[in-house]
Amino acid sequence: MKKKTGMNRRQFLHTGGVAAAGVAAVASGAVLVAPDGAWALQLKTLDEHTAQTLLGMARQIYPHDTLADMYYAGVVENLDGAAAGDKDLAKLLSGGVADLDKAKGVKWLDLSDGYQLEVLTAIQDGAFFQKVRGTIVVTLYNNPLVWRHFGYEGASYEFGGYINRGFDDLAWLEQPSEDASPKAG
Amino acid sequence: MAKISMSDSSAVVVIGSGAGGGTLANELCQKGIKVILLEAGGRESPESFQNDEWGSFGQISWLDKRTTSGSWRVAKDFGGLPAWICKTVGGSTTHWAGASLRLQDHEFKAQSTYGDVAGANLLDWPVTLKDLEPYYAKAEDKMGTTRTNGIPGLPGNNNFKVMYAGAKRLGYKNVHTGNMSINSRPRHGRDACWQIGFCFQGCKSGAKWSTLYTEIPAAEATGNLDLRTQAQVLQIQTGADGKASGVLYADKDGNQHVQKARAVCVAGNSIETPRLLLNSANASSPDGLANSSVQVGRNYMRHMTGSVYATFDRPVNFYRGTTMAGIITDESRHDTSRGFVGGYEMETLALGLPFMAAFLNPGAWGRDFTAAMDMYDHMAGMWLVGEDMPRETNAISLHANEKDQFGLPVPNVHFDDHANDVAMRSHAFKQGSAVYEAAGALRTIETPPYPSTHNLGTCRMSAKASDGVCNGFGQTHDVGNLFISDGSQFTTGGAENPTLTIVTLAIRQADYMAEQMTKGAL
Repeated sequence: MKKKTGMNRRQFLHTGGVAAAGVAAVASGAVLVAPDGAWALQLKTLDEHTAQTLLGMARQIYPHDTLADMYYAGVVENLDGAAAGDKDLAKLLSGGVADLDKAKGVKWLDLSDGYQLEVLTAIQDGAFFQKVRGTIVVTLYNNPLVWRHFGYEGASYEFGGYINRGFDDLAWLEQPSEDASPKAG
Repeated sequence: MAKISMSDSSAVVVIGSGAGGGTLANELCQKGIKVILLEAGGRESPESFQNDEWGSFGQISWLDKRTTSGSWRVAKDFGGLPAWICKTVGGSTTHWAGASLRLQDHEFKAQSTYGDVAGANLLDWPVTLKDLEPYYAKAEDKMGTTRTNGIPGLPGNNNFKVMYAGAKRLGYKNVHTGNMSINSRPRHGRDACWQIGFCFQGCKSGAKWSTLYTEIPAAEATGNLDLRTQAQVLQIQTGADGKASGVLYADKDGNQHVQKARAVCVAGNSIETPRLLLNSANASSPDGLANSSVQVGRNYMRHMTGSVYATFDRPVNFYRGTTMAGIITDESRHDTSRGFVGGYEMETLALGLPFMAAFLNPGAWGRDFTAAMDMYDHMAGMWLVGEDMPRETNAISLHANEKDQFGLPVPNVHFDDHANDVAMRSHAFKQGSAVYEAAGALRTIETPPYPSTHNLGTCRMSAKASDGVCNGFGQTHDVGNLFISDGSQFTTGGAENPTLTIVTLAIRQADYMAEQMTKGAL
């Protein structure tokens, strides 16, 4: 494995670089469009098929049925941006998708759910899968728009914390004794 | 603030500004002793801390290169991040959760209490609880620990309510909101807790004790402190007499300086402290400084840890409020009928959504994982923290060829669980799950250890010079004016979160150093 000095947020869970700020990227010209046309993502590096397949992968790896595609597309945007400054990553992604398509002789995106999972399970220890999975875990769940889906409220300091906003509002269990849990002063 | 010249050899150099170093520096300054405090990180403040898990992680964590080896799962999941500790003024007291428990009497006598445990390098501490009691009292007063000094406990949050109900139904007796160094009432110029919920990211209300805004400003106010930030020590130098003569450090621009010293106190946390001694090897100490025992870096302990998360059919919103203000202490006793020596504590713990995704089951994917994540706001959680066995083979060593930004070998952290650690973790997982099942959990999840926050033992205290690195005051056996001033001193780990004991030892060490100086011995 290639060694690095230090780490940043995205390098925390996976290997591989993130595009440095200021790296000039020429748009690939491809666009990832939502099935209902509600949003579109201008791609810098990846072709549309690769991007669509990565989106499908993200949905299979971390499936949240009520979470719209646009949130998963944020992961693709992140990978696409990173690949713009990293030829090795671009190759890893396009090569990985090509391998997915070869696995069953049917394009991965056209496979049934069961076959899609079977193909992903077979490659889950490889660099391609780990790169995509690691990117999703630090991107998808770090999106404040996604937090609402999970009921996470994010930063609280600007609202004075939760001291007057429900830190102890749970009422469906017996309440602790005053001794165990004194009232706030 | 004092400005001490590089060639002035009358001041004490303290390396690291966390629980050990920050406290020691202040205690010495209060006695009129000049101190140069060298901190590798920069200076943040409650204003600059972030209610953002990844943002804060990048802001205050120690992210210099480290490697891992051994069978522990952290090596597989977080190979470059063996420990989750800090590089910032205040060290890991910016990140700590505030739990402040005294070690128990028998935990200072692990070898005599537990007997010989195969594969463990157990030893009794050269100090007893009785020796430390007056200093524990000073530390609790300094830190404003709840349920001491007439300070009320913190109010329990929702996560505590679930723990409490389950624990009581299960028959546990000692369940409360903990002994926390987080103000439940305004005290010593700091506010009471706002229940912000980002204890690990640096406390923005200042209610949680941190050397950053207590000890360090107090030391600065004496005029005896010369705090140098972004100053990373590379080597401790010795003179012809074998005593420490000063330190070589790099400033923020990478320029190297030699600061002369009367005494050197190392408090870089239990990975960097032994690394610095090993990197300070010289012709007369080829195995590293203060290492005639060959114990420097060895007996690395990280506490037996693990977490249990549980989901319920009704909301908990466990991320709201003080992260760790909740404890069950019933399992902290030594009772071998459970199949292991030593004990463990059960403490509330919550992670924000970004970190929950990263840590709930590292590497996991698919519907089983996301089904648990979908229940995030219906989740309760606890951390399990207990005594792990010191092993000579669990060690910080210098990497054979990996170098850091200064060209020095990076530390490798090797760890294998002892069978006792596994037996204890298994018991703790079962009991933690039982607590939540008693409260009506739909599902319980056993979460493996996070990168280590409690790093201990790598320059341990010992009565005999052949068994360890320093004596009961943290003074190294080999070099009279070289002190270990952090958790590296711990002979064994105990079950309790270590910060209170680190602060206690620092206060006691300052008294000892001042006394030695008065006697002309230092």
